[in-house]
Parts: sequence; C-alpha cells; structure tokens
Amino acid sequence: MTTHTVSRRDFVVVLTAAGGGLLLGCRVGDRSGTATAAAAAPPPAFAPNAFIRIGTDGRVTLVMNQVEMGQGTYTSMPMLIAEELEVGLDQVQLEHAPPDDKLYANPFFGDQETGGSSSVRGFYEPLRRAGATARTMLVAAAAQTWDVDVASCRAKRGVVTHTPSGRTLSYGALAEKAAKLPVPDKVALKDPKDFTLIGTPAKRLDKAEKVNGKAQYGIDVRLPGMKIATVAASPVLGGKVAGLDEAKAMAIPGVRQIVNLGDVVAVVADHMWAAKQGLAALAIRWDDGPNGNVSTADVVQGLDAASQQPGVVARTQGHIAEAVAGAARKIDAVYQVPFLAHATMEPMNCTVHVRQDGCEVWTGSQTLSRAQATAARVTGLPLEKVVVHNHFLGGGFGRRLEFDWVTQAVRIGQKVEGPVKVVWTREEDMQHEFYRPYYYDRMAAGLDASGKPVAWSHRIVGPAILARYLPPAFKNGLDSDAVDAAVFLTYDIPAIQVEFVRHEEPVLNTTFWRGVGPTHNIFVMESFMDELAAAAKADPVEYRRALLSKVPRARAVLDLAAKAAGWGRPLPAGHGRGVALLYSWWGSYLAEVAEVEVSKAGEVRVHRIVCAVDCGTVINPDIVTAQIEGGVNFGISGALWGEVTLKNGRVEQSNFHNYRVLRMNEAPTVEVHLVPSLEAPGGIGEPGTSITAPALANAIFAATGKRLRRLPVKDQLRSA
Amino acid sequence: MATLNINGRDVTVDVPTDMPILWVLRDVVGLTGTKFGCGMALCGACTVQLDGQPIRSCVTPVAAAAGKKITTIEAIGETPAGKKVQQAWLDLEVVQCGYCQSGQIMSASALLAKNAHPSDADIDGAMSGNICRCGTYPRIRAAIKQAAKGA
Repeated sequence: MTTHTVSRRDFVVVLTAAGGGLLLGCRVGDRSGTATAAAAAPPPAFAPNAFIRIGTDGRVTLVMNQVEMGQGTYTSMPMLIAEELEVGLDQVQLEHAPPDDKLYANPFFGDQETGGSSSVRGFYEPLRRAGATARTMLVAAAAQTWDVDVASCRAKRGVVTHTPSGRTLSYGALAEKAAKLPVPDKVALKDPKDFTLIGTPAKRLDKAEKVNGKAQYGIDVRLPGMKIATVAASPVLGGKVAGLDEAKAMAIPGVRQIVNLGDVVAVVADHMWAAKQGLAALAIRWDDGPNGNVSTADVVQGLDAASQQPGVVARTQGHIAEAVAGAARKIDAVYQVPFLAHATMEPMNCTVHVRQDGCEVWTGSQTLSRAQATAARVTGLPLEKVVVHNHFLGGGFGRRLEFDWVTQAVRIGQKVEGPVKVVWTREEDMQHEFYRPYYYDRMAAGLDASGKPVAWSHRIVGPAILARYLPPAFKNGLDSDAVDAAVFLTYDIPAIQVEFVRHEEPVLNTTFWRGVGPTHNIFVMESFMDELAAAAKADPVEYRRALLSKVPRARAVLDLAAKAAGWGRPLPAGHGRGVALLYSWWGSYLAEVAEVEVSKAGEVRVHRIVCAVDCGTVINPDIVTAQIEGGVNFGISGALWGEVTLKNGRVEQSNFHNYRVLRMNEAPTVEVHLVPSLEAPGGIGEPGTSITAPALANAIFAATGKRLRRLPVKDQLRSA
Repeated sequence: MATLNINGRDVTVDVPTDMPILWVLRDVVGLTGTKFGCGMALCGACTVQLDGQPIRSCVTPVAAAAGKKITTIEAIGETPAGKKVQQAWLDLEVVQCGYCQSGQIMSASALLAKNAHPSDADIDGAMSGNICRCGTYPRIRAAIKQAAKGA
C-alpha cells in the first residue's frame, strides 16, 4: 500500500460520488499483491454506498471499515460484500476506510470500532445489503440498456448476462448508468443455501504482502523530511519530569531536538538509533507524584476490601440465600487474575504532521474516529481538518482501541517542524500500556446431597472500563463487559446470583484485552465448576453435561470436544486433561479439552488442545480455525506466565525476557472442530483465548491435584 | 561512511559504525519489511540473513556486515529456500497480523537452506527465537514441513 495525496479534482469527484462521504485513503495492494497508488485509478463511476466503488474500467474497490489486525476481517468483510455483489475476491481491491462514525460505525458500539469479536456479527447483514444494493442497480442498468425484464438478467463475476439472448455487459460498462438510478430502499438478500462464497475457505486477501515485506504498518510510514522520535513518559502514572541533561542528548550525532512536555520527553532525530541514544543520554529524573510507592499488594488489598461488600446485581434467579442455607454442602473460593500487557509485536507508534491549518496522522488504530477526535482536540482544529490514514495493525488485542499514543504524538508534533514519526521502544510500550485489569472474584456454591449444584454465587470485583470507554453502555452501576459470560452461565442451577463491585485502582491505565470480560470470568466460572465436580467426586465432563439438558448447543460442543480429545482414555503419570465450556455475549459456544504435563519441578507443558466450536453461520472456516489456534496460543501465554506487577509505582516488566510469551518450542497441537450451523454468526476472534486458561488450570488439577485460583500459573507448582 | 551489500546491491550509508543494521535498513535505506519488535534480540521480528545466517539486526552493528551480504525479506524470494518458504506460507494461510512474519520467514529460509528436511526438534531450535503474538506457530511448523517436501 502506498500513501498518496488525492488531487483536488479527484477529491471533489470522490466526495460527490460517495454521496458526501469522505473517501480518502489508500489501496491495500492489488490483485497481484503489488502495492500501487490509488491515485492511478480513475475516479469511481458508481458508488452506491460507503463500502463499494466501481470504476468505468471495471475496477471494484471495497472500503474496509473494520480494521485488519490479523483476525481476517480484510477477507471476511469482502466475502460478505462479494457474495451479494456477485464479484470474485480476485476482482476486488481493498482500501482502508477513513474515520467517519456516520458511515462506518460499528452497530454494537455506535462508533467506528473494531473489537469485541463483533465485525462479522455486526456487519453480516449490512455488508451483504451493501453488495446486494449495488448488484441490483447494475442489473437494473443492464435491463434498461437492453429494454428487457430485470428478472431475465443474471449477474456473475462482475458481468450481467441477459439469459435468453446471451448478451453481456460488464460492471464497468454499466457503472455510469447504474449511478444515475435511484438507490433502492429494499433489496432481497440471498438465501444462505445459495451462497457460493460465504462458508468457503477463501484465501486471505492480505497474505501476499505479508510474506514479502510489502505490507505497510503504521511504523513503516516514510515521508519526505520526516524525523523520527522516541519517548519516555513518566514511569509512574501521574509523575512529572524533574530534570534532564539536554546538552548531552543534543551532542549525539543525528539528534535534532528535545521536546519536553512535562509528563513525557521526546528525542527527535534523523533515525531511531540516534533517538534511542539521545533518550538514554538525557538521564531524566522524575518526580513520581502520589503513586510513587504503590505496589501490586496495595492493589490486591484494595480489591479484597471491596469484595467484602455486596455489589450491583447483574443476574438473579431463584432465592440465593435460601438455596445456600439449605444446601447439603457449601463451597467458597476466591479467584484472582493479574494485570496483563497486550504486548503487540508492533510497538505503539504514530506519525503526525501538524500544520497551522491541518493535521495528518498515520497510524494503526482499532478506533479511527477516536484517533481523529483526539488530534482535533489537541490541535484545536476542526475535525474535518484532521486526516487519519489507517494501516495494517501489527497486533491489536484491544491495545489499539485506545489512542493515548496518538494524543502524545500530536502533542509532540505540535513542537516539531515537518512530519515526525514517534516510535515507542518495547520497554516504553510494556511499561505504558493500558493493561487488562486485575480482577478479584468471590465464588460460593451450594451442593445437594447428591453433589448437584443448587446455588451459584459469583461476585466480580474490578474496574468499570465501559464507564470510561463507552459511557452509554455503563448502566445502573453495571459494566456489561465486566460481567460478560458470568451472567450467561448456561448450567441449569436453581439459584444463581451474579454481582459486580466496581472498584477502580487508578495506579495503572486499564482497558480491554483479547477475550475481554469472558477471559477473566470464564477462568473463574469453569475452574469453580471443576471444583464442584471434584467435590461431588464426579467426572468433570459428565458433571457439566448433566446440567446442560436445556442448552443443546452447549452440550453438543462439550460432547464433540470430549470425544475428539479421547476424554477418559488413560494418560501417563504427570499428565492431565481439563475441560472448559464457554458461552457469552459473542453468541458462540465453545468447549475445550487441554492435555498438559507437569514436570516434577513444576513446569507445565501443554501437549494438545482440542476445541469444539459452534459459532453459528461460518463465513470462512479456515479463518475461524486460525482464530481459535491463535486465540488458544494467546491464552496459554497469559495463563502460564502473563503478569504485570508494580513496585514503587513502576511496572516491573520491560521486555520479552521478563514478560514471557509462548514460543514455537512450547506451542501445542491445536485441533479445531467446527459444528455446522445456520444460526446467526457468533464472535470468534477472542473466545479461543478466553476458554484456554480454565481448560489448562483444570488439566493441571487433574495432573497434580493442585487447584490454581490465581493466574498466572508461573511458579505456583514449583516444589518448595 | 559504510558500504553495505544489501540484497545484492552495494549501498553506501553515512551512519555510525555501531548503529544496528535494523535502523540502517528501516530508517536510512528505506527497507521497512524488516521489523522492530524488542531491540534486545528477544523476539526475532528483525531477523535478516548475513551471508545466509539468520541474525537479529536490532543488536548487530553495521560494522559486523562489512564484506558480507545482507539479505532481507524483500529479496529472500530470490533464493530457492526463501521462494519455497514464501509459497508454503501462502499455501497454508499462515499469516494473521503479519508483523512477525518477515522474521519468521527469514529464520525458516535459513533453516531450510542448510537443512533440507528439518525434524520437529530442528524447527524448534531454529524458530524459538521468533515470537508470534497471534499464535500462528502450528501453521508455521506445517509450512516449514511443506516447504521441505518441495525440496
């Protein structure tokens, strides 16, 4: 993909054709995978909506409102459009959408967001409708040209054929005529049985440029006259610069400028090497402020205290107090999950060019309109004077739903003449994240004389991310993300209570992490369910299965995973199998069986993961499989080793040597089994992560008899 | 001034001799296919080949490349092993976010160039220095085996 500036003439034409939509941006490769400037393309003749443009040359451009961070949206979204538009995936080229909440808002969140495993769910119908609308108009244009009934015309691979006579017209030839037709209000969508593309393992459209080094991420931006900066923000949240040695930094060859903004210092240079050396030479002294003495233990203490009080009731069913009081046996447990870094492979970076009358931003963002808004706020420019160029994201996982690094880059850019690319070092990235919050959960259950659960109480204690991020979604003191999955407990238990205690610990910024609420809650719920099975001396699969008679989809994935994994078959000593089940707001049902080996020294080796998935209608089975494989591996990193800790207000982890993540030699076999389904599509980017920690913890219990109620596993199994 | 041989071409650059090859490639020469990930040789995103050996360019100074040939992701497809590896990556749909894949492909190509039929242990040995946060490891392993089959 090559960035370019649209000429004034192109701009006007595009603006008009798009019906007021601002269609800037750049192409994401072309059919052969070679990057070409979009400026070479003629203005589109036909643009019935913000997602499709067809030129008189037949070129079909699809505008990608949901961003590509590995999860395959730049293949699944085009599949939705192409299915109804009747073009081949080999006939389309893709373009990153510009920021525009009016045109591109995610229907679940109301703004332009890619997160929460919502792209296919949210756009399954709108994008098919966009394709069908364009196809309907092109077919109508052909029928009009030939003066025949539209019903006698068929579209396929970008060509309309008049079936009785065999006459054909290409979409390119029809584009100008179609553009003059009224946009129909209602169009018929295909019956799923007629799908020819949806449901097939179509090849990823972004892969060619990702194997030859041509894919452009935000960090790859190069502009004439561009400087490169690296930064140090206060290592303690809320700290300020107390002093620095500017002269020493300026003496490094290639260093051009020091920008001291009080809470952050940037060294602006000719290249990153000079900038890094300059930053080290500054020897910044910090005034830590009020958080300078905080440690992880303080955070846990705060959460524990908060957990003693009842919370806002998120779900209630039956009479919990009576059910617990009348139970033959009561079981209580406290579960904890740590702060986590996303550690995207591409560190945070943003290129900006701030001028008197405008601002341009180049970055990779999961939330483009927020990136644009923050640049407008910082500069005081009107929104329309801020142009944001999106890129491929070198990992998102929720980190790029924030825009703190964009805000910072624009503040720096205001002090720099010409364009500047601000690149965080890995250390800066790991220590200035928006982390997955620390959660602290109190569980209680009552079993009847036969060991069956009659009461289930789940108290979740943690921050309300949505109260900050999406205030309309934070209602009556309830954060729907924090309690996700917990409120959808699928087991048939007469009395259920789920509560949320909001407790903020403003010593670290926190946000969504792959798997969001369910990543925390499913670990707690499925580990605790395993505890109940153990207390009842029941087989973990059978115990769950007996509680799922009313939820056939859940029972079916459980059966499938157990069967495929060979549940019950003997294992060598030191090995164990664990099972977990997942259902949440995403609408997908998953069951997973993990097989682990725990060495005498307490090291965990994950040998095999079997995952059964019912995510409703599947757009691309190979991408679903890949997302489960990847999600599982992401989950293993977090469960076994992932932990961000605080000491003296500072994050103790700094790079991959002390923030351990899964590597090739540790990666298990992952087997994915998809359940054919015609139900509505469910989310799939995250559940593989969410279901993995409990499956591992339960497998560890099976192997060792040790119940882990706190993540990560790390050295908890080490023999003393 | 240093003259580097990059992808078969001599390039003269005015940089300090201790400057890591990574930043010379990315910020001076303009070859951005080689990625920055950690700066400490911990993640492998910056892997390039120096006379066919995989090296972490984020910690290797330009001085170490004197008289040697640097090959990057932009040209690895011109080598027999690199071509096979790239094709296998495409055939098995390996990539997700793609950011680490330049480094993965550079490590895998170096492995196959010297070991036409690597075992699982050989793959672990050659690839464990390359982190993929998207977790594409199962497909990377399968793709290396497929590329080896085509040897």
